[in-house]
Amino acid sequence: MSAPTFEEATAPVPQRRSALRHLLADPLGRFGLTLVLVILLTAIFADAIAPYNPTAIAVPNRLQGPSLAHLFGTDQLGRDVFSRVVLGARIALEVALVAITLALAVGGALGLAAGYGPRWLDGILVLVFDTIRSFPTIMFALALVTLIGPSLETVIVVVVATFAPSYGRIVRTQTQALKHAEFILAERSLGAGAVRILAVHAVPNIVGPLFILASMDVPVVITIEAGLSFLGFGVRPPTPSWGTVLNDGYAFIGNTPWIILAGGLPLVLSTLGFTFLGEALRDAIDPRLRKEI
Amino acid sequence: MFLFALRRSALACAIIFCAIALLFGMIYIVPGDPASVALGPLATPEIKAAFRAQMGLDQPVTTQFFIFLSHVFTGDLGIDLFSNRRVTEIVFEALPYTIALTASGIGWAIALGVPLGCWSAIHRETWLDRIAGVFAVAAIAVPSFVVALYALLLFAVELNWFPAIGAGARGNLGDQLAHLVLPSFAIGLGWVGYLARLVRASMLEVLGENHIRTARAYGLPERRIVFRYALRLAVLPTVTLLGVGIGNLLSGAVFAEIVFARPGAGKLVFDAVVTRNFPIVSGAVLVTTALFTLCTLASDLLIAWLDPRVRANL
Repeated sequence: MSAPTFEEATAPVPQRRSALRHLLADPLGRFGLTLVLVILLTAIFADAIAPYNPTAIAVPNRLQGPSLAHLFGTDQLGRDVFSRVVLGARIALEVALVAITLALAVGGALGLAAGYGPRWLDGILVLVFDTIRSFPTIMFALALVTLIGPSLETVIVVVVATFAPSYGRIVRTQTQALKHAEFILAERSLGAGAVRILAVHAVPNIVGPLFILASMDVPVVITIEAGLSFLGFGVRPPTPSWGTVLNDGYAFIGNTPWIILAGGLPLVLSTLGFTFLGEALRDAIDPRLRKEI
Repeated sequence: MFLFALRRSALACAIIFCAIALLFGMIYIVPGDPASVALGPLATPEIKAAFRAQMGLDQPVTTQFFIFLSHVFTGDLGIDLFSNRRVTEIVFEALPYTIALTASGIGWAIALGVPLGCWSAIHRETWLDRIAGVFAVAAIAVPSFVVALYALLLFAVELNWFPAIGAGARGNLGDQLAHLVLPSFAIGLGWVGYLARLVRASMLEVLGENHIRTARAYGLPERRIVFRYALRLAVLPTVTLLGVGIGNLLSGAVFAEIVFARPGAGKLVFDAVVTRNFPIVSGAVLVTTALFTLCTLASDLLIAWLDPRVRANL
């Protein structure tokens, strides 16, 4: 790697760079970014980092305290808690990524339809959004679990159903605001159809703030996954998740405090990391969003 | 205002109606014949047919829906599959525990969050304010059930300061309060952070106003200005926001009830889900949803009453 030339070093900084610099200037932003990177790397290289197979049962070693061999001790089946926590990062991030992407797609499509479509469609969709949002998340999740049974897919359905209406409402409001903008009217008078207007003009204008809001929802989704898994309604055993580790620890809270400590710690760190990063990102990119939350 | 109240109430009714329809629809999505599930594999076709007739399952779907609807409006949410008691009775027995827990959660939030927000506003832009801000964000971010588990571990199991499980002996108020401390703290902590931020923001706004400047000109101490004159204005927008937060608090309450093995709506639904007792689940979900919708309705009306600009937006 050669040192940058004078021209490269003094070239005008593009918008994106300055947002990043803004982010790095904020100590909490740096802290959040570090935590998120650590969690991301842990999830990616989980197999290499975990010292044991997270599902390998060794009953003679059950409920051991923390030691050099088992950093966070072992659970009631003698499984290495540290390895389970490391692999849990992968589940948490996978669920967050898949579920939020799906929620964005569903909510975005419905929001565009509501915002750009006829009034009656708007009325119906807004009523649907408000109805789903009026269920307390956990109650909705529990009702769904009774019906379709506990699984990773159930968790994802719960997240999509809870978040899609929120995204839908935001997209709807933004689309409505755009609908009467002059450049849209000009485009329409040139004969552009709804699909072209929405795809070429509406979506790029809406996507930015939406992504910031979605990134701030990552810790919430991680919490939902862990919460449902803690209740036994999410990830099925023996798959490791932070929630199932907490559940194992809860059952043995009287004699083994370290399992709960180990299961809760990554949850605390990841929610803090994503929240700090999200707040710093929002302030760096679009401070106006502060009001909407 | 009247028109706004009317339209907002109509929306709330529509939402509750849709919620009922959604719950009714969910039962139909479930694969499997309810009669075979309820009666087991040994049931003859005749017994199944009799069961269907008894439950009204042989009627067309629309008729079933209207029967369901009329039952809901007369307060009949069905019969518990196991105890044969009325679901309404069971749910309303559990609900006071949850309401007490939620209310004490809000109590924590007000007792800690409002002073913290004022304190931040007094020390604005100092490192004290910064630390309080970080604490507030952290309190919001950390999952309440992890707080509940850590609190249970530290204060109940290790230190033994507070009781670990149950809601306390009936009629013994001190005992019941002692059982309330940890779970309500767990669900209220997030709101401590929320309130602190809201109060700080609105306090800073209020502190810029004329009457505060007058109070300053008279040479009143800052502390007195904040707590005597500014707080009553700054608190207004936050009080109305509590209505919206009831949903979060209810979700937190479900976990707190399960972690601390407290009776309540959350524990009730959890146990019913484990045993796949759908009448209880749907009954409790319906009641809490209605409660939540009424709370948001109340807070929306309150906000509209206080701030006329909101009324234009429905």
